[in-house]
Amino acid sequence: MNATKIIANKEMKSYFNSPAAYIVLVVFLLIAGWFFASPLFINNQAELRTLFNIVPMIFIFFVPAITMGLIAKERNIGTIEQLSTFPIKESQIVMGKFWASLGLIAVGLLFTLVHFLTIIILGQNIDYGAIICGYLGLILLGAVYSSIGIFASSLTDNQIVAFIISFLIIFFLFILEYSLFILPSYLSGFFQYLSIGYHFSNLTRGVIDTRNLVYFGSLIVLFLRFSVLTLENRKWK
Amino acid sequence: MIQLQNLVKDYGNLRAVDHINFEINEGEILGFLGPNGAGKSTTLKMITCFLTPTAGNITVEDRNVYDNSKEIREMIGYLPETNPLYTDMTVYDYLKFVADIRKISNFKQRLKEVTDKCGLHGVVSKPIGTLSKGYRQRVGLAQAIIHDPKILILDEPTTGLDPNQIVEIRQLIKELGKEKTLIMSSHILQEVQAVCDRIVIINKGKIVADGSTQQLQNNFQNKNKLVLEIMATKDELGSLADAVEGVELLSLEPVTAHINKAVLEYSVEQDKRKEIYEFIKQQEWVLLEMKRESMSLEAVFRNLTIEEGGQA
Repeated sequence: MNATKIIANKEMKSYFNSPAAYIVLVVFLLIAGWFFASPLFINNQAELRTLFNIVPMIFIFFVPAITMGLIAKERNIGTIEQLSTFPIKESQIVMGKFWASLGLIAVGLLFTLVHFLTIIILGQNIDYGAIICGYLGLILLGAVYSSIGIFASSLTDNQIVAFIISFLIIFFLFILEYSLFILPSYLSGFFQYLSIGYHFSNLTRGVIDTRNLVYFGSLIVLFLRFSVLTLENRKWK
Repeated sequence: MIQLQNLVKDYGNLRAVDHINFEINEGEILGFLGPNGAGKSTTLKMITCFLTPTAGNITVEDRNVYDNSKEIREMIGYLPETNPLYTDMTVYDYLKFVADIRKISNFKQRLKEVTDKCGLHGVVSKPIGTLSKGYRQRVGLAQAIIHDPKILILDEPTTGLDPNQIVEIRQLIKELGKEKTLIMSSHILQEVQAVCDRIVIINKGKIVADGSTQQLQNNFQNKNKLVLEIMATKDELGSLADAVEGVELLSLEPVTAHINKAVLEYSVEQDKRKEIYEFIKQQEWVLLEMKRESMSLEAVFRNLTIEEGGQA
């Protein structure tokens, strides 16, 4: 078993050994469930679009909450010293934590499949392609938020600070889409490309475009790389 | 086995380690001694590849920390000063985690050996968070030796333990030192004296002494002190130093009306106790106490670290 996998396993276990993960999951599912179920009865229409609209917003809080401790806590209690003196690479530490947080996100999303089942039972003319693409989008979105959260967590030994930093970065990427109107028109195209919602909405419409995938992929790689650099940088301080 | 060459570490403007040179031979138990903030931990952190030196070099079996850091980390077992542990894991899970990361194939056998050695029976399935400090230190040690490393680096392994636990952990360290090259840092002199073959004293980032316990004591001690309590007057006692050749009277003070206390000094080469006793007998004084005071390592340590401090 390689070190990345060992660390990912350890983090997964530690998530489910503490009540925090369960609380966060329950809160996530309650909010997602509420926003899915209420229009179902009000509009008398069964669709998953409401879910795909609300989950990215819940993720703004949910993902930083599950990533904030990943490195900050190790720094705080000093276990990072132990971890860094094991014969493993910083990138393996970061990747292990990344897969673990993505795993927890996947568990959360897995439970929302209940809503998918509801749709299958109640709905007509279901666009399966769009739903699968939507879920792919949510996973990618979670991966981007995770990498940002891990980067924020690597910067500090304070979990609250890590939460706030990752929240701010994610919020900035999220809000860009809605603030384009204040920008001069020649810039708006560029900032639209930077905004996360623009790429996500393409996916929920059932369109898999390489431009969107490249956007998500490069953000993930960028922030994970930053995290590795932050960890390595500590050695030279 | 381990060589430190002109090792320097700066934290911003602060020079924590200042051109350190020394070598540790295979099988040696080295005590790394110094007051708090002397640079002990920083040096150990550089050997374990947690920190990168600002300048200079460290080689472990001809591998240096810049290019072969991973191989060095494989060879070393390390117990950091704060003994950081994942408190939510059980001892078993934690040791399994470390063993997996260190790629140990015969985990079951190693676990048994390590629990035997560190006295962890009965707590293996308990969460680390519920253990006492002494047991946590054992877990820290178990973690450091699970891969049977050639080199063991322990940073202040007994801080914060109660006297009984300290004795136990020292015993354990001594035991481990029989088969490994061991570096142990401490600011407590008796500890290093009790456990180590060789002592390196560091102060303000510089090495101020290096040698075996005996050597250090000899180097810094050229006078023996003798404390006497005798039933005689001050004047009478004063004549003692004149009467015996090569003896100097350091101090003379009354204990009670009839008893006086004298401190005499003579060089280590010549034992003057016989002459002094014979003189006392000849004077028919009542000798109540006669005690030799050798300059302890404690005093050597204090001299070295305080002198150096004064110069800076």
